[in-house]
Amino acid sequence: MSVRRRTSGTESPAARIRGLRKAFGERLVFDGLDLDVARGERVAVLGASGCGKSTLLRCIAGLERSDAGTIATAGEIGVMFQEPRLFPWLDVACNVGFPARDDAERARVPSVLALVGLAHAARRLPKELSGGMAQRAALARALVRDPHLLLLDEPFAALDALRRIELRAAVHEILTLTRASAILVTHDVDDALAIADRVIVLAGSPAEVAFTGNVGETATRSAILDALGVIENGGHARVRGRT
Amino acid sequence: MGRFVVPLALFAAWWAATASGAIKSYQLASPRDVVRELFDLAQTGLLWRDLGASIERVALGFTIALTLALIVGSLVGGSRLAERALDPTLQAIRAVPSLAWVPLILLWLGIGETAKITLVAIGAFFPIYVALVSGIRGVDRKLVEVGTIFGLSRIALITRVLVPATLPQLLVGARIGLTQAWLFLVAAELLAATNGLGFLLTDGQQTSRTDEILVAILLFAACGKLSETGMRWLEKRLVGWTDTVPV
Repeated sequence: MSVRRRTSGTESPAARIRGLRKAFGERLVFDGLDLDVARGERVAVLGASGCGKSTLLRCIAGLERSDAGTIATAGEIGVMFQEPRLFPWLDVACNVGFPARDDAERARVPSVLALVGLAHAARRLPKELSGGMAQRAALARALVRDPHLLLLDEPFAALDALRRIELRAAVHEILTLTRASAILVTHDVDDALAIADRVIVLAGSPAEVAFTGNVGETATRSAILDALGVIENGGHARVRGRT
Repeated sequence: MGRFVVPLALFAAWWAATASGAIKSYQLASPRDVVRELFDLAQTGLLWRDLGASIERVALGFTIALTLALIVGSLVGGSRLAERALDPTLQAIRAVPSLAWVPLILLWLGIGETAKITLVAIGAFFPIYVALVSGIRGVDRKLVEVGTIFGLSRIALITRVLVPATLPQLLVGARIGLTQAWLFLVAAELLAATNGLGFLLTDGQQTSRTDEILVAILLFAACGKLSETGMRWLEKRLVGWTDTVPV
């Protein structure tokens, strides 16, 4: 039996996961995972490919049904994926306004567009946007309901190095400004260090929290790489056990 | 400019062959005879009667086909149960060259309007149905997920995500369906009709009037081209957002 609920009240954390269990057929991805995200906290989840990072996010977003455990989130959730996932038949403003349920939320469209730096592109169609602009539009859409919790699933992975740094800075600024909590799933240590307050590393099968630490304290680059099983060697990282 | 060269050359050859008497008028009417016949038919009102009858049959048959294809296609595309129940049968029926149904339709429905409209509808139905089902199947699952995340109801998911995502394919199917409708109209009117463009064809053949036959052929070409252009205009207006090269 799985339970999903939305909690209210200022005391409850942004997300509380207890005893999460999820299997795909024979493969057990999680077996009793616990995770708390405090209000306003930004948590980066790292781990090897296929370790269950994205599954965790999809469970929280309600896209996957967990087999057991509870997932409680406070207030609204916004989601941003690796791909922009914009509706090609809607212009940028309509895409951003897509989740809006009332006039108050629709009225937020111009301000979130300005926030992500797309005010000038409001009437453009997705096919007329660059990859970076499309991802900014997706970020604006995730923000339009004024979410308490942003779920970011590898949001920079499809961008080139320069766009990646730009968008990372924009996300950081927006999270600071809106004071929204965030869970960032990434395979990139730099993304994690740039955005998160706390870094957790998932490892094993079923996946467990193998490392957790605050950025600026125990979550240093080398500690995270160590937890990921990567040995740094003169600037070149390689996975332990592989040559 | 280049694209007019071949038609102009063909026209000149036609004109030269008929004017010089190399080809007799009962084999091929001259351009002048064809234009005169067109004006004669227009003056007597027969042109409008035949043109109107044909357009009406295509419009009715196509509308019926579109309506049925929308209903059945949505069912089959939207439900695995309906797909298992209906799709194999429909695919089997589709495999029969549609003109093979003609004798049966004539036996069942006689040679009246119903038979002609039914035949047109059969011709137009399958392209629309096939396009709609593959359109629904091909909707990007990732876009559906976006709708799910924002808590869209089933109805909202259909109207706001599935319908617009399916529209480009549906319109292509409708364009092909309309072309098919004209094709089947010719067959229907050739078999048994007392009016319509197909009737002009048979009438011209029975009276050895090649000018009448050519007028009918030209009108068919014009109608086909006009409906194709209209559908393409509709596609451009409604689904200009697609990021693909138009087919």
